[in-house]
Amino acid sequence: MKYGYYPGCSLERNAIAYQQSTMAIAKPLGIEFIEVEDWNCCGATEYFAIDALAAYALVGRNLALASQQKLNGDRNQLVAPCSACFLNLYKTDHYMAEDNKLNANVNEALAAGGLHYDPGTVKVRHLLDIIVNDIGYEAIAERVTKPLFNLRVAPYYGCMIVRPASIESFDNPEYPTSLDKLTHSLGAEVVDFPLKAHCCGGHMTQISENTALELIRRLLKNAADYDADMIVTLCPMCQLNLDAYQENVNKHFGTNFHIPVLYFTQLMGLAFGLSANNLGLGKEFINAKPALDKISSEPLKKQRRKKRPPKETLPMPTMPEES
Amino acid sequence: MTEERIGVYVCHCGTNIAGTVDVEEVSKWAGEKLKKDGVVVSRDYKFMCSSLGQELIQADIKEKSLNRVVVAACSPHLHEKTFRTACQKADMNPYLCEMVSIREQVSWVHTDKRVATEKAKALISGGVLRVAKDEPLEAIHVPINPATLIVGAGIAGIQAALEIADSGFPVYLVERDSSIGGHMAQFDKTFPTLDCAACILTPKMVDAGDHPNITLLTLSEIEQVDGYVGNFTVTIRKGARYVKEDVCTGCGICIEKCPIKVIDTNFEAGLGYRKAIYRNFPQAIPKYPAIDTEHCTYFLHGKCKACQLFCPTQPNSIDFEQQDEVIRIEVGNIILATGYDLFNSRRIPQYGYGRLANVFTSLEFERMCNAAGPTEGRVFLRDGITQPKTVGIIHCVGSRDKHYNNYCSVICCMQSLKFAHLVKERTGAEVYEFYIDMRTAFKDYDEFYQRVLQEGVNFIRGRVAEATDAARLPGEEGKLIIQAEDTLIGKQRRIPVDMVILSAGLEPRADSEEVAKKFGISCSSNGFFIEKHPKLDPISTLTEGIFIAGACQGPKDIPASVTQGAAAAARVLGRIQSKELALEPIRASVIEERCSGCRICNDLCPFNAITFNEELNVTNINQALCQGCGTCVAACPSGAISGTQFSDEQILAQLDGILSLPINSGKVKTLESVPA
Amino acid sequence: METNLQTSRTPTFYDEVIRDTPGGDPNLEMCIQCGTCGGSCPSGADMDHTPRNLFAMINAGMKEDVLRSNSPWYCVSCYYCMVRCPQEIHITDIMYTLKRMAIKEGLYRESSASEAPGFSETFIHYVENYGRSFELGLATWHHLRYHPINAIRMASTMGLELLRKGRMDLTPTRIKNMPQLKKILKKAKAIGGTT
Repeated sequence: MKYGYYPGCSLERNAIAYQQSTMAIAKPLGIEFIEVEDWNCCGATEYFAIDALAAYALVGRNLALASQQKLNGDRNQLVAPCSACFLNLYKTDHYMAEDNKLNANVNEALAAGGLHYDPGTVKVRHLLDIIVNDIGYEAIAERVTKPLFNLRVAPYYGCMIVRPASIESFDNPEYPTSLDKLTHSLGAEVVDFPLKAHCCGGHMTQISENTALELIRRLLKNAADYDADMIVTLCPMCQLNLDAYQENVNKHFGTNFHIPVLYFTQLMGLAFGLSANNLGLGKEFINAKPALDKISSEPLKKQRRKKRPPKETLPMPTMPEES
Repeated sequence: MTEERIGVYVCHCGTNIAGTVDVEEVSKWAGEKLKKDGVVVSRDYKFMCSSLGQELIQADIKEKSLNRVVVAACSPHLHEKTFRTACQKADMNPYLCEMVSIREQVSWVHTDKRVATEKAKALISGGVLRVAKDEPLEAIHVPINPATLIVGAGIAGIQAALEIADSGFPVYLVERDSSIGGHMAQFDKTFPTLDCAACILTPKMVDAGDHPNITLLTLSEIEQVDGYVGNFTVTIRKGARYVKEDVCTGCGICIEKCPIKVIDTNFEAGLGYRKAIYRNFPQAIPKYPAIDTEHCTYFLHGKCKACQLFCPTQPNSIDFEQQDEVIRIEVGNIILATGYDLFNSRRIPQYGYGRLANVFTSLEFERMCNAAGPTEGRVFLRDGITQPKTVGIIHCVGSRDKHYNNYCSVICCMQSLKFAHLVKERTGAEVYEFYIDMRTAFKDYDEFYQRVLQEGVNFIRGRVAEATDAARLPGEEGKLIIQAEDTLIGKQRRIPVDMVILSAGLEPRADSEEVAKKFGISCSSNGFFIEKHPKLDPISTLTEGIFIAGACQGPKDIPASVTQGAAAAARVLGRIQSKELALEPIRASVIEERCSGCRICNDLCPFNAITFNEELNVTNINQALCQGCGTCVAACPSGAISGTQFSDEQILAQLDGILSLPINSGKVKTLESVPA
Repeated sequence: METNLQTSRTPTFYDEVIRDTPGGDPNLEMCIQCGTCGGSCPSGADMDHTPRNLFAMINAGMKEDVLRSNSPWYCVSCYYCMVRCPQEIHITDIMYTLKRMAIKEGLYRESSASEAPGFSETFIHYVENYGRSFELGLATWHHLRYHPINAIRMASTMGLELLRKGRMDLTPTRIKNMPQLKKILKKAKAIGGTT
């Protein structure tokens, strides 16, 4: 399967492990990524605060290039692994379609550079979306040679992959489950992580560090309360904040968290039996090795049969999957 | 043929029409310019529908020997009957009176007086040419079958059934569930008086069950509705109960002995269990239990039969061979009282229902408070033994939200206040109510709010953002935390509680669209059945003979449901007592010599009025069944079907009239477009 | 503090906010003051006014008070408010609009988040000149400007570690067709306004 690919600035450096592991798992999954030629920054959350039209035009240039280069033919699907890039590309396309004036203005700006973009011509998708929906959990499970038995993983989605919601959103904006199911298909034990779609602090590390540290602390505390061995994520900003700022959190709050934060592609690579070197492992601040050492080759024996609840217990509501 | 002598009457409707249309000018114009088309008099009047206005027309009919009348006023929906009756009283055939809508179609949709005036003239010109082609008609009289079908035996349906049955007329009361009573039977107390719901409902249920004029059909669904007002034929599927109603004494031994226990997601709202042979509650009407074949061991695996074994009656009441029964009944009128479904709180994941054990829905909490419910009326956490010390009640769950239901569910504020009172009364717990707006309209409701305020309940004005088990601050460990903005102080607050109650909204029944289609009525965009008029006729529908009552028409509480049930019954009783009904003589008829026998129209008739005569190879239309909808008229490729009052001749004449005005010949250029 | 409450919402600040928020109707007039936004906001505790409160202030025409608020600068763009708003108000987008207006009017300087726009501006400096963001330069410049001590701490701990792990460049990368991007951005700014 061929896809257009927009790595975004973070994957070039800070999230190099995400880039390496994405490329590493692409081959066994039969995915070919064709990078948009001469792409530029998506503007993150910053450009929109200064000049809206310039920001939309900045993103528009990427869409125009992707549309022009027809990276995977008529499907023209553009994959972004970074949630902020994904949102900016997706939102620009969507807003240009919704708002005629914005569409006209963005195209007037693009024309100055000899470009044009018709909203709707490029379909923007997040890396996780194509992996779980185009490849599928079963196909992924089939590729697993070294299941991640006994590793307790908290799947962390952050914000911008699931919000703002649209009709086309591939997962629930409040309680997404795709990464949970993916992690499960790799053999790991999935933590039902209540804060899985809460904010990592975003750029507040730069603007008001105390605000950011508190948001990071909430996530780490919740993962620790749920006995997670590690957090798995899909966004460079989330990874950076939870990983690189973990020590700052410990200093600031007198806590003692040591929860490694890896990209889901890294866990997939490990489960596929790929070499750790090709997956960017070791680039994390909080060393993931002790957690990864917990992985056992056999699933742990089912811990004692579920105790029958006492007879007074009232039944829990049935959930859609069960009923 | 006598010469046409037409009178034109232009109504001011106060300023409703006269504010935008120059009515005097229109009237004067019609009197002069339409003289050639047979107009002998044209007048304008402030309120044509008033007695004086009607008398004006009647006087002209007599003095000026009018034989046709055109009234230019409001929509025929409102006053066609008024003017036709007025003409009839003056010895003119009422169907020779035409209405032209210059209010809904002109003054209310235009702002430019000149343009509106010209458009009014055009429409009147069309009306005049058309009325000349009208034929005198006689109303069709149909007898009314005195029996009534009521669908849904909740409080609205029961009330309607008792009103009609007490007046001496037969009622078929059809209920989908195994017993009657509806949602009200699930409740413990009713606001604002805190009457015990069962104490006030069960006497009515018993009455309905015993009434000689009521035929109760439970576990039953409507399969098909044929016929028309006064003469409906309804096919009902009565589901097998697997218990013989003529022998069963309702002793309940079978229930006791049944080894299969399942979660009761219906009557107990998922909070309690029932057996595979069950009765919803001890006072259920009818008293006979029913077997749930999805869980019964005998139906699943062919053995067990414990119920049969222990049944003490002679002959045995359990009948595993019982089959569904298809029953056909004839009724004159139908009342739909199909009630509501509770909003599915799982759709709002941030409130944790289904994931967090101690989040309960309003219906679960009702069952918990009910003395006959799973906890025998004690307020416990999900473990069934611990009393909560703090309880949070969340209003507007699934209501007033564009993502779910955009409307206010009406009952939730009062219901939540009732819950707060019950929690206080039974546990003494600290209670927090999270609300957007406190809506306590209607008699004695606000007084109840005052009472709950006095009881020391905490009110936080803010819609809840989330309910979570993710502790963040000291004191939150092991609790559920409700996070909301306290909008009255403008700060975010986190309230740790032991129990959360979601005041879930009311929704149309999941199959309301399907049911509406079966009965030939419509649903509004939010799915509730549409009434004929939102203010003046909330219990009728646009289909003659079909009435609606209770929450199927929109969210409402018990008093409002009872009122509507009684009102619908009164309407039906009026119909029954008049013994026959005059129907509009608007019918389609086949011009046999033109019919090619292609049968295109045969399957289109929504009223099953069309049959095909194989022998003559022509289509026939049953004049009693035909409702004059015109579908077949439009579909006929040979122009062989003509609609009374909508003949080609009449419509073409009307168009000629409209098009004869300069407004349509390019001389008036500024005709604004009518808003869509 | 004295505030002149505007008696009519037209034609002023209220309309400007709507006009300057691209992406279709932001539905601002639909606010029912329920507080779902303020309740959902992860950084709500640090804001001087909740979003709900800001919307009421916008409606009352309290332009200066709104633009002096630190709230838009504490918005982390998590979009929780936007997906939960029962009236489908484009809250996050409106926060961006308020940031732009606060910069234009210079009122952000009077808020407790006065240094926030500086971070965005530094970020944009790199984007406008290289076409890519540059984390090292961004962090260093931003911190040198506002927190020299932090900058040293950053450079000595986190920065070094990022460099050591190959997660940070020493020099920015430039896209090939920078002239094209510059033309596009220049034109966009010339069209002006925000939409």
